[in-house]
Amino acid sequence: MIQVNVKLFASFRIGRFDREIREYPQATTVADVVKELGIPEGEIGILLLNSVHVDLKRQLVDKDVLAIFPLVGGG
Amino acid sequence: MDKILRINMGASGGPSQAVEKAGEYTALGGRATTSMIVAKEVPPDCHPLGAENKLVIAPGMLSGTAAAMSGRISVGCKSPLTGGIKESNAGGQAAQVMARLGYAAIILEGKPATDDLYKIHIDKDKVTISVDNSLKLMDNYPLVEKLREEYGDKVAYMTIGSAGERKMAAASIACSDPELRPSRHCGRGGVGAVMGAKQVKAIIFDDNGCKNRQPKDPEKYKAANRAYVEGIRKHAVSGEGLPAYGTNILTNVLNEAGGYPTNNFKTGFFEGGTKISGEAQAELEIKRGGLATHGCHRGCVIQCSGIYNDKDGKFLTKQPEYETVWSHGGHCGIDDLDTIAMLDFLDDNIGVDTIEMGVAVGVAMDGGVIEFGDCEGAIRLVRDEVGKGTPLGRILGGGAELTGKAFAVERVPVVKGQALPAYDPRTVQGIGVTYATSTMGADHTAGYAVATNILKVGGDVDPLKPEGQVDLSRNLQIATTAIDATGMCLFIAFPILDQPETFDALLDLLGSFYGIEMTGDDVVALGKKVLTLEREFNKKAGFGAEDDRLPRFFKTEPLAPHNLTFAVKDEELDELYNWS
Repeated sequence: MIQVNVKLFASFRIGRFDREIREYPQATTVADVVKELGIPEGEIGILLLNSVHVDLKRQLVDKDVLAIFPLVGGG
Repeated sequence: MDKILRINMGASGGPSQAVEKAGEYTALGGRATTSMIVAKEVPPDCHPLGAENKLVIAPGMLSGTAAAMSGRISVGCKSPLTGGIKESNAGGQAAQVMARLGYAAIILEGKPATDDLYKIHIDKDKVTISVDNSLKLMDNYPLVEKLREEYGDKVAYMTIGSAGERKMAAASIACSDPELRPSRHCGRGGVGAVMGAKQVKAIIFDDNGCKNRQPKDPEKYKAANRAYVEGIRKHAVSGEGLPAYGTNILTNVLNEAGGYPTNNFKTGFFEGGTKISGEAQAELEIKRGGLATHGCHRGCVIQCSGIYNDKDGKFLTKQPEYETVWSHGGHCGIDDLDTIAMLDFLDDNIGVDTIEMGVAVGVAMDGGVIEFGDCEGAIRLVRDEVGKGTPLGRILGGGAELTGKAFAVERVPVVKGQALPAYDPRTVQGIGVTYATSTMGADHTAGYAVATNILKVGGDVDPLKPEGQVDLSRNLQIATTAIDATGMCLFIAFPILDQPETFDALLDLLGSFYGIEMTGDDVVALGKKVLTLEREFNKKAGFGAEDDRLPRFFKTEPLAPHNLTFAVKDEELDELYNWS
């Protein structure tokens, strides 16, 4: 198993959590995490893995920090 | 909008007024109008606070019509902060009301020979310019309260606080919101100091008896507006994120991306970021009986603002924007929302740009004036020094560059004398190109590459690499210049970048209003024309390629957590204005 620090933001927090250390099997992808959390892929705006943009196919490793945002903007 | 009001504040015997035909400016607006008039009429080498500078105020092409989101007002002049051309725009009610009064522009020129302070009241029948020295050194909130006793609530106010009267280079012009709070500011570049130099304390727009401006093709216009609103509402950013969390939703985004400039640009991640995030702010606003969703002008369908109450549930300030939360927050090592909200109120009240003010305070912290993270100290500097015009306050109110010089700080984040906003160019390389090359000095709104680099709206360009950033920034700067002419809020860029049908709806709005065919190429041509004029003005004012650069520390000091420097080469920056 690997431990991943999952952070959720904006509307994705509603009914879920702000941040949690979660355990996943080896070779888990970002898409697996998103699916497990029940987040529709189409609503995802930004995926940051250890502060770098990634796509859903990226495989996670132990101690990764994954931030998941809906499409947001401002300025 | 077929007329221009020209007021010569320096006329012998007191200010004179003349109404001219709008001529070539009839079908223009906003930044296009202000920059064209400034480029044509203001000597580029004049002193910004002298009689030769002019303050030009212009509503957008679609302001005062039924078009949604059309409430931006532009103010132009030679900037006392940058020494170059300036266009600073704001929301609030002024654009709609001024446009319904039929003015394409108001030009304030000259300078009074006496030290009298003036107010200007404009209604459909006449323009009244009167001396009112009882307003001297009043700040914006009490000032508008006092003016309301005389002019009432069915008007729009544009005012300066004490900072504008003191001609501080960070001084702003406040525009009142629908509830008559002076909370929407033409903030950047010291436009408030130029109004102060003209000795105009307040402009009161009264559109009683005026109607909305009418389109040439009402049916097409109505249909276009419907499609436009639909497009704005269905996009996740303008339809959900901005209404619910405001612009401060970006604190967590930039912090997680490692691009949140912290403690005067020393690192890209702020430990206290979550405490001052948009999520935390919206929750607190609702808990205290404020609002997390509020529009700055009637006709806004995004409603990105809010109402921030203090812990006793009393109005403290409008919802501080992301840029403000950053400049007074992470940039200064401050992670307390109440402190930031108080500073936002003080800035609005005194009448200073929240970005310039916050950055100046952070630079002062770096110079040892107070410690990073000192909440009380930051409030004291703004309230008791800037707000009272002490020598220290005048240094801070002169902006980040002046503050850096005064306190011998090496790390001074400015371009062309204007403070950098809330995105570190080492992590968001595209916005670094905009900061370096914009005619306005460092200005994120001039070409918001953050959208494409970080938010993945309107495309995807890797924020950490220099490749593609100049092309990206160029295209965005051209498009933004055109949007700044329309009177549209820049946040329409999110849906129009992603949804071609919403962009078409905007073109149809413009086309059907003026009875012309408007294409994407026309928009690009307008953007290029205005940018070219602005750049020519800056060249004549003494700017060269060496001014289109970021401060050197961005090239030499790597920023954690990515440990990168700004890698776009100088030669590439020089290509920005090479368009065919």
